[in-house]
Amino acid sequence: MTSELRFLLNDREICLTDVGASDTLLDFLRIERRLIGTKEGCAEGDCGACTVMLGKLTETGMVYEPINACIRFMASCNACHIVTIEHLEGPDGGLHPLQAAMVEHHGSQCGFCTPGIVMALYGLWMSNPDAGVTEIENALQGNLCRCTGYEPIVNAALAAGRAGGQAQDALTRERGAVAVRLRAMSGQRVELVRGSDVSIIPADTDDLAAVLEDHPKATIVAGATDVGLWVTKFLRNISPAVFIGHLMKDMKVEGGEIRLGAGVTYSEAEPLIAEHIPAALDYWRCIGGWQVRNMGTVGANIANGSPIGDTPPLLIALGARIVLRKGAARREVELQDYFIEYGKQDRKPGEFVEEVIIPIRSDALVAAYKISKRRHSDITAVAAGFCLTVENGIITDARVAFGGMAGIPKRADRAEAALQGQPFAAASFDAAAKAVGEDFQPLSDWRASAEYRSAVTANLFRRFWLEQTETGLPVRLNYAVGA
Amino acid sequence: MKDETIIKGVAHTETIHDSAIKQVQGRAEYTDDLAEPYGLLHAYLGLSTCANGRIVSMDLDAVRSAPGVVGVLTAEDIPGHNDVSPTGKHDDPVFAEGEVKFWGQPIFAVVAETRDLARRAATKAKIEYEARPHALAPIEARDAGFGYVTDPLTLRRGDAAKGLAASPRRIKGRMSVGGQDHFYLEGQIAMAVPGEDEDVIINVSTQHPSEAQHMVAHVLGVANHSVVVNVRRMGGGFGGKESQMSLFAAVAAVAAKKWNRAVKIRPDRDDDMSATGKRHDFVIDYEIGFDDDGRILAVRGDWYARCGFSADLSGAVTDRALFHADNAYYYPDVELHSHPMRTNTVSNTAFRGFGGPQGIVAAERMIEEVAYALGRDPLEIRKLNLYQNGQLTPYHQEVNDQIMPQIFEEIEASSDYHARRQAVLDWNARAAREGGVIRKGIAIVPVKFGISFTATHFNQAGSLIHIYTDGSISLNHGGTEMGQGLNTKIAQVVAEAFQCDISRIKITKTTTEKVPNTSATAASSGTDLNGMAALDAAEQIKARLIDFVAERWQAPRDEVKFVPGHVRAGETDIPFNEVIASAYAARIQLSAAGFYKTPKIHWDRPTGRGRPFYYYAYGAAVAEVSVDTLTGEYVIDRADVLHDVGRSLNPALDKGQVEGAFVQGTGWLTCEELWWDKKGQLRTHAPSTYKIPLASDKPRIFNVKLADWSENAERSIKRSKAVGEPPFNLGISVFEAINMAVASLTDYREPARLDAPATPECVLMAVRRLQG
Repeated sequence: MTSELRFLLNDREICLTDVGASDTLLDFLRIERRLIGTKEGCAEGDCGACTVMLGKLTETGMVYEPINACIRFMASCNACHIVTIEHLEGPDGGLHPLQAAMVEHHGSQCGFCTPGIVMALYGLWMSNPDAGVTEIENALQGNLCRCTGYEPIVNAALAAGRAGGQAQDALTRERGAVAVRLRAMSGQRVELVRGSDVSIIPADTDDLAAVLEDHPKATIVAGATDVGLWVTKFLRNISPAVFIGHLMKDMKVEGGEIRLGAGVTYSEAEPLIAEHIPAALDYWRCIGGWQVRNMGTVGANIANGSPIGDTPPLLIALGARIVLRKGAARREVELQDYFIEYGKQDRKPGEFVEEVIIPIRSDALVAAYKISKRRHSDITAVAAGFCLTVENGIITDARVAFGGMAGIPKRADRAEAALQGQPFAAASFDAAAKAVGEDFQPLSDWRASAEYRSAVTANLFRRFWLEQTETGLPVRLNYAVGA
Repeated sequence: MKDETIIKGVAHTETIHDSAIKQVQGRAEYTDDLAEPYGLLHAYLGLSTCANGRIVSMDLDAVRSAPGVVGVLTAEDIPGHNDVSPTGKHDDPVFAEGEVKFWGQPIFAVVAETRDLARRAATKAKIEYEARPHALAPIEARDAGFGYVTDPLTLRRGDAAKGLAASPRRIKGRMSVGGQDHFYLEGQIAMAVPGEDEDVIINVSTQHPSEAQHMVAHVLGVANHSVVVNVRRMGGGFGGKESQMSLFAAVAAVAAKKWNRAVKIRPDRDDDMSATGKRHDFVIDYEIGFDDDGRILAVRGDWYARCGFSADLSGAVTDRALFHADNAYYYPDVELHSHPMRTNTVSNTAFRGFGGPQGIVAAERMIEEVAYALGRDPLEIRKLNLYQNGQLTPYHQEVNDQIMPQIFEEIEASSDYHARRQAVLDWNARAAREGGVIRKGIAIVPVKFGISFTATHFNQAGSLIHIYTDGSISLNHGGTEMGQGLNTKIAQVVAEAFQCDISRIKITKTTTEKVPNTSATAASSGTDLNGMAALDAAEQIKARLIDFVAERWQAPRDEVKFVPGHVRAGETDIPFNEVIASAYAARIQLSAAGFYKTPKIHWDRPTGRGRPFYYYAYGAAVAEVSVDTLTGEYVIDRADVLHDVGRSLNPALDKGQVEGAFVQGTGWLTCEELWWDKKGQLRTHAPSTYKIPLASDKPRIFNVKLADWSENAERSIKRSKAVGEPPFNLGISVFEAINMAVASLTDYREPARLDAPATPECVLMAVRRLQG
């Protein structure tokens, strides 16, 4: 056990003892360290002006990803490498190839979003040197620019990719040394106390179980993509807080199931989704922006109990289960049963989500849909997961779940009944579309009216049917660039 | 300064933005990045939670006794006037007094040792209200008898009633157009540093330093000369920092003087979006008369605006809506009325286009009405009704710089408009036959935008140029840099004048100490006005240097001229530095203040007649979209833009303005939705709830060109044209293309008549309406 928070900031090692549970990385950078290149635009992880790179030690070595400093708690930076825009400067004060491309292509106007955009693109440039426009747009889902219309920024990113230079980049060259330094900081529990404010960073999952037995009412903080806003927007006191973003990272496929440790981020899980649930890949990439997917975890998305839920509608449709743990005791729960009512889940004090188990349904017809005002980085108005088994032209099993339609993510019982045992034909889906109106009484809010939610929900059955039918006519919009 | 013979950065070149390198490095300083004075305090606003009501009681004891609090400011603590009205109407209190008129209105400010402590303290206020009935929307406010926040305007030419009565065809309609939050990435911020006597220095993110200065002086009750306002750059403005920063500058200044410590105020994004004004929402009732050929004969229209609780700039904004209700079209008989309605919402303000887009979007709706009624391509109706030189606008200004026919011709060809329209029609016909759910639309929309402040006296500018003894040049002007590249363009003008490399020139921060009584950097006029003022200063110094060189180097005055890096006297090229050093030694003044006022313009509001605009900027866009009729979602498949910036001072920066404006205009009409709940609270007040376009929302193919053959017919700076606002309107092409895709459901028998913003919800509801 230690009472020191240690991490790397650019080329310096930082060691802090006076840290509060609510202290954010952005305030530390700007106020404490006067690293003013990182900006605050919204303090809720939606504009990307505060984007920095976070290097984390994984089994395969260092991985660097862009994250939002505004909702990253300091305690979640333990044993990480934080890289800010100031670190891109070469030893001679020269521009990084990406920065040079941004200048050459007139990618900055007011310039306030620019450092964040450079950092997001830096993350892409390092991880995918051959990125095309779609990948660049995905990388920029979490960055707003109000001036340029993005065209010159995308062009700059393409040019920087062509320019190359990743092997010579400081973060590439120094990875081994950084890994050694971070490893030395990991492996023991960190407890930070400031007056009555307590932050605990457990050493491992067993330690987490022990910590939660001692602090059953603690705020459990994983990626902080929601809890971050409790602090920055609602000024809530989250102490005692237990920071778990570095734990439960196991991912494996066994017995026809994907087993995700609860701490696996959306980004970390993405390759498995691409391989085993390809129909959900587009959906997956519409969850938050890139920074949010680099922080947010699947386990916490479930544990948190949002009525919309990015992953639950899909996962419920697939028949996912979760493993809940308290101390040494574990129990497995059907995901659909975890959500009891709005704000209430089947999780006892001291208990935590340890694992998410997702059946691979390559035998079934699977789809995931997200409806929102803006396609990317928007909170969903309606989320839907479909998983249908069809044998000999008959729907033998129908699992359809929606988010945003009730107080919890929920299966559409009547719609499912309308499909169950029916021919795999348009009429069955028309019947389901009608029946789903009886399943939900959605609310109206700024994301969508009840009328729209209901109308779209019914139409998604039609879309699902059309997608499975070869009519020669497109069913979904084509977002490809240059289409 | 090195001698040079090859110079970079003169006018009409693609010079990079002067701050680009600093911006990509994170070294460009915004107000929150400035080194903080020792002992800096932080202020935070307390906002109302009632849309209309009397303050029954206000208990701020818990605020005062919260940790770190130094004190609290309310209306009583204001030494001068509790008012920041930009038009002298005295209707814009810094702090609400006795009553609140919108949800989110500032009532007090708390000052504390840190921003976090101030923010936490502000939540501890206990304020009770006696609520009164409120009206949020313009028609609701009209029906409730709330009246106007400022005088309405009528534009009239001919006899609209008679013209309508005589028209073979008539259509009446109504459209609602939503507002828009600026969403400047850098929020509102001010930092005040007290000085001796009554002095105070304010660093504030503002488009209008002089107004911030005057408002702070007004609030403090001191002379303007006691207040200095500085701004190096803004992280975006778009009109949102033309008047709305005064609140923050005033609070910081009052606190700084009261406690004699530097004070910074930076609201959280939610408070920024709740407490500051936006683009005006409008409801527009129109009636149009036309003949069977599609020729417009008469137009009558009423523009009802959600102005908010006070006038702010609503008078000029609603005026400009009427000035652009014709867009590019001649209306033989016309009568237009503005209705600046008082509502229980934040006071709406300037936003790129300043009401113009809300005029143009209705003009284009009327064109659609005519085209769909006659079963014609709207482009034909547009061409038929374009102004011809010599015709009069509804405000009796003669149009005489018309270039739309050439723009149309060029963009129809470059975008392959006619073939693509046919392909869209074919696509939709097949979808109708075979049950396709994706529909397409294509639209070509022109813009004609009037350039000048309609308040004639704002069309003036000043500058100040110093040349130091080493040959380096310090350039200052009254404009402000918010990303548009104003400083770069003006430096190019001066580099061109002195035939020197742009690296020789430093543009310093904008400050009221150097150039007084400036106008807002607004109305797209920044370069037109300040560029001319800078050129005037440069020419004054040049004239002195020419006299001096002619005498010293013994050459006839008309044989002395500036050549790259040198001054040529007859056969001799003297390095610029040598000329400057010699001129200094000879006691030649190497500093000049420049000035410019726009000629020819005048405007008589009571009669609705005059020449409010020095010239027009033109452009056109072709947008093609696909719409998912199951969900109402859409994608912009392609957009082609051809825009007129006259003889561009910097084609790269101008193209950037056009691209950015187009996407911003698209956002206004598609995904950006302001949503108030029944109690009057704006619930879309942060990027989590208010969605501006992302990279993935821009057109999938995006071709933007400048009309490089265009030259300003007037003697503007280097024959260029203003660029900030006009291309914003081109986003209307996307809106109309979505309308066409939806209208295909009834085989174009009627327009889809979408209201804006056309969110997926709005589109799906229109689809359902048309499908019956």
